This record gives sequence, structure tokens and C-alpha cells, in this order.
Amino acid sequence: MSKKVLIKGNEAIGEAVIRAGCRHYFGYPITPQNELTNYMSKYMPEAGGTFIQAESELAAINMVYGAAGAGARAMTSSSSPGISLKQEGISYIAGAEIPAVVVNVMRCGPGLGGIMPAQSDYFQAVKGGGHGDYRNIVLAPNNGQELYELTVKAFDLSDKYRMLVMVMADGALGQMMENVEFRDEETPYKVDKEWATTGTGMERKKNYITSVYINPDELEVVNMRLQAKYRIVEKDEVLYEETNCDGADIVICAYGLTARITRNVMKLAAEEGIKVGLLRPITLWPFPKDAVSALADKTDVIMSVELSAGQMVEDVRLAVNGRKPVHFYGRTGGNLPTQGEILDEIKKVLGKEAE
Amino acid sequence: MPERLHPKSLEDTTMHYCPGCSHGIAHRVVAEVIDELGIEGKTIGIAPVGCSYNNYLYFTFDMQQAAHGRAPAVATGIKRVHPDNVVFTYQGDGDLAAIGTAEIIHAAARGEKITTIFINNAIYGMTSGQMAPTTLEGQVTTTSPLGRNTALQGFPLKMSEILSQIDGAVFVERVSMHDVKHILSAKRAIKKAFKIQMAGLGFSIVEVLSTCPTNWRLTPVEAAKWVESDMMEYYKLGNYKGAELEV
Repeated sequence: MSKKVLIKGNEAIGEAVIRAGCRHYFGYPITPQNELTNYMSKYMPEAGGTFIQAESELAAINMVYGAAGAGARAMTSSSSPGISLKQEGISYIAGAEIPAVVVNVMRCGPGLGGIMPAQSDYFQAVKGGGHGDYRNIVLAPNNGQELYELTVKAFDLSDKYRMLVMVMADGALGQMMENVEFRDEETPYKVDKEWATTGTGMERKKNYITSVYINPDELEVVNMRLQAKYRIVEKDEVLYEETNCDGADIVICAYGLTARITRNVMKLAAEEGIKVGLLRPITLWPFPKDAVSALADKTDVIMSVELSAGQMVEDVRLAVNGRKPVHFYGRTGGNLPTQGEILDEIKKVLGKEAE
Repeated sequence: MPERLHPKSLEDTTMHYCPGCSHGIAHRVVAEVIDELGIEGKTIGIAPVGCSYNNYLYFTFDMQQAAHGRAPAVATGIKRVHPDNVVFTYQGDGDLAAIGTAEIIHAAARGEKITTIFINNAIYGMTSGQMAPTTLEGQVTTTSPLGRNTALQGFPLKMSEILSQIDGAVFVERVSMHDVKHILSAKRAIKKAFKIQMAGLGFSIVEVLSTCPTNWRLTPVEAAKWVESDMMEYYKLGNYKGAELEV
């Protein structure tokens, strides 16, 4: 049995957190993710878990570092400016190889920016954000159902690889109400966290969790181990959705909300005899570079559509590697492109007169 | 040969601290207290950023290293997962009273059932002797080369006095480790702080006036004297909260 409910995106994430067996949530208010923090404050204690409204995003991510280091599933959530503050902790979590989940319901920037939806934290999420050579797994849901399912998956992936997994949605997905089906029972990925700080119980050698290695050779070994793990994740965990790309006049690369808008554009374009394909990365890191690279053999023109000034487009260009033109269309400031705007842009790059 | 009395909770290894530094003594006192309370197997410590960044190598129990100033937040996360364990942070003055002021204040305000050992040596040791939030007026450091001028650089923070104003902090005491007599009373305070946590009463902290001969540009003996003549003048020793609690 499962339950279908009409629910806000942010709350669907909250329900996923609880059903994934996470019992430690540490938050700090920021729009447009507040419904998630609010939801956790009510339902986490009801589930016998811990909810703390921390004094800052810095404190919240470090509470996650402590709780997850102590062996529990733990998470925090925020929106763009708050995620910037968490970068210190994210780098430490990566360095210490602690499994943790961070949700970013993105708003527009830079600076305090605005509270409207954006996808302008792509660079920060997939290229680092914090200091040092590290990666996060980054999941990009595109509807309420995926907000739920990818949040559950985030905990499994984090435990599987001892990595930080970020769920990246834009503010519109967080705020939108949609039908979401909750499974009655999730079956969390089981792993023995024998490295965790639980107290030795005088039964084993001490565990200590750290990311500091003063000896260069020792630290290089750690870095090589991290990189080897990242190569496995790149090989095994890529997720994407490809629609209508073979023989398309143009393929749009888009994730999250812009992928949804693009699906409608595909129908409008078809009415005018233009075949539009869609490649939607679901994992932003690992980026589906092989699938994007293969587009060069399937279509003549590629365009990345984003709620940014052009971020993911850089990875698309790297994957295509100059074999086909890669264009970009984006809106910023919290604006969403309309279907008509995207269609006009498609016509422009295809050399057809916009109406 | 008399038996060598080495605390069980302290690794039998050489520490990296400078001669005359209080860290080694503070580590030993903490280890002795943990031994005496029989809590080695359920203790989880938080190592800070600063000279004692890797003290997980010196203690025998589980530990997590924390980012600068964030130890109380890390301890909060651990304690909420393992409420029956004993969780403590070990932090210096830059860590606790500058970059981590928010974390320590709010851990105290939440009444987190953790213990903090606060090493106040009035200087940033690890980074070569810069001015700390607890550097005394007139004290020469690498970033106050003419001596701390309060008109330009403000006043040293009295963290025990500040924290004792917070309802969630139930035990606050300032001690020193510059001579044997003071080390013994410091040990009593640290033991009580841990017992307060074990009794579930709330947040406990012991501020330890400590030496840094290297960065103070003094000999170990002169450094110990300076604690008594200058530091104790500004940072009054004593219990600020919880003296009446019986645990």
C-alpha cells in the first residue's frame, strides 16, 4: 500500500527524510525552503527524532557532521545564501568521508539576491563550493514525486559511498503543490558504520574522524582514495532521462523545472514541424557526460536552458567537445522562461525566423 | 622502581607541544578524570583547530576533529545521537571566543548536556602568536606589536562571566594550571563538570588559564609567573556558577 497526497514540494522532501529513516535534522530558516524546516519541527519529534533550529547554517552543517560522524543518518537544508555558509562544513564532511544529506532549494543570487527560483548554484554544487579536491553527488529532481524519491535515494547513496549527497531543487519546485505517492515502507541501504564515533565500549580500538593530515604523503593518499571513489561513482551512479533525441533538429539539455517547461516546448515545436529532443540530467554530478557526448551523433544543434547565466552549459560543451554547436538560453533574477521564449530561441539558433 | 602512573585514557606517546605549554597537563588531567569516572568507553571528544588540533592521537577514546569554532555544534550533533555517552569539546581561546562565539553561546543556551574544556592562553599559538580575543591590554603579539591598545583593538573577553549569565549553562568555573596547587583544583572542577553532564543537568564549562611560553616570548618559569601576575589579575579564578550543585 502506498499513499498519494497533494503536498508542497518542500514537505514532500520532509516526508522522504522521515521515511528514509533519518532521525536527525538540523536547520535554519531561509526562504524558499521554510516549509521543510517547519515540517521537520513537527514530524521529526513525532517520529522520535531530533529537530534542532541551529543558531546559523554553519552550526547546522556542523551538527550534521557530528551526528553523521556518530553513525546516524543526518541532514540539513537551506537555500542558496545559506548553502554558501555551509560550504566549510561540506568540505570537512567530504574530507572526513562522512555520509550526509544537504537539500538546497535554490533562490536567485548573487548576494542576498531574491527569493524567487533559480538554478544558479550549479557551479557551487558540482564544482566544489568549498575548498579542496572533493565532489558531492548532486541530485536534481524535476517534480514532487522525484523530490520524494531522490531524497530517499540521497540517504542511500550517502551511506553507500560515505559521501555528501545534495538534493538540488529550485524554489518553484519547493513551493509547488503536486500529487506525490509515498511508499509505506522504505528499505534503507544497510551498512555497518564501524568507523563511527559511538564510544569504544572498551571493546574496540578508538575511532577518530578527521580531515587533517600534516604529512603531505599521508594527505595525498587520502586524496587518491577520494578520487578513486569518485571514479566509481562516475561509472555507476549516473542518472538521466533522454527523450526524442535521435534525429532531433535540436536537443535541449535542461534539469529540474526548466526540463518540465521544455517538455511543453517540444509539443509546441512539433506543431511547427520542429523536432526537439530533451536530455535531462538527474545526477548533476556525476554529470551524464557520455550521454551528452553521444548527442553529437544524434542531432546538429544542442542548447542548454537554465535558470542561470550559463553554468551547466560548460559541462555540456566539455562533453560535446566542439563536435556540434552548443547554445545557451537562460533567465536570471528569479524569472522563468516561458514556453514561447524558449521556442523563439530554438528558432533563432536553427536560423528560422522567430514569429 | 615505583610504578609509572600513566592515565589509561591517555596514549603512551610523545606529544608535540612546546616545553612549558599547558596543553600536556590539561590533557593528562582530563584523562585522569575520565579514568576516575570510569567513562573511557563511553566518552566522545571533539578536537579543535589550533595547537591541539590532533589531540585525538593522544586520547584513547573516540573523537571527532572539528572546524575552527564549531566544536560545540559538532558535540551537539553527537550528543543528540548518543545521549547516554559523555561528550566534551576541547577548545582554545581563538576557537571558542572569536570564530566560535556563536556556537559556544548557543550550545550553552540550549543547555546541551556536554562539557567544554576551554584553554585560555591569551594568544593564537598555532598560527605564530597573533592577538586573541582574550589577549590582555598591553600584551604584545604578532598582530598587536605595540601591545593591545583597547582603543583600537577592543577589550579581552571574559568568557566565564559571559557564559554564567546563560540559563542553560549550569556549571562554569575558571581555573589555572600554572602550579601544582592550581592543577589540583583545576582537576576537581573538570571532574565536577563531567559529573554535571553525567547527571544530565545541562551545559558545563571549565576555563583553564594556560601558558604559551613560545609565543609569549618567555621561559616556562616566567610564563607560569605571568599567569599569576597578569592573567589572574584580569581573569579572576573561581566558580561562576553551579558551586552549590552536588553531583
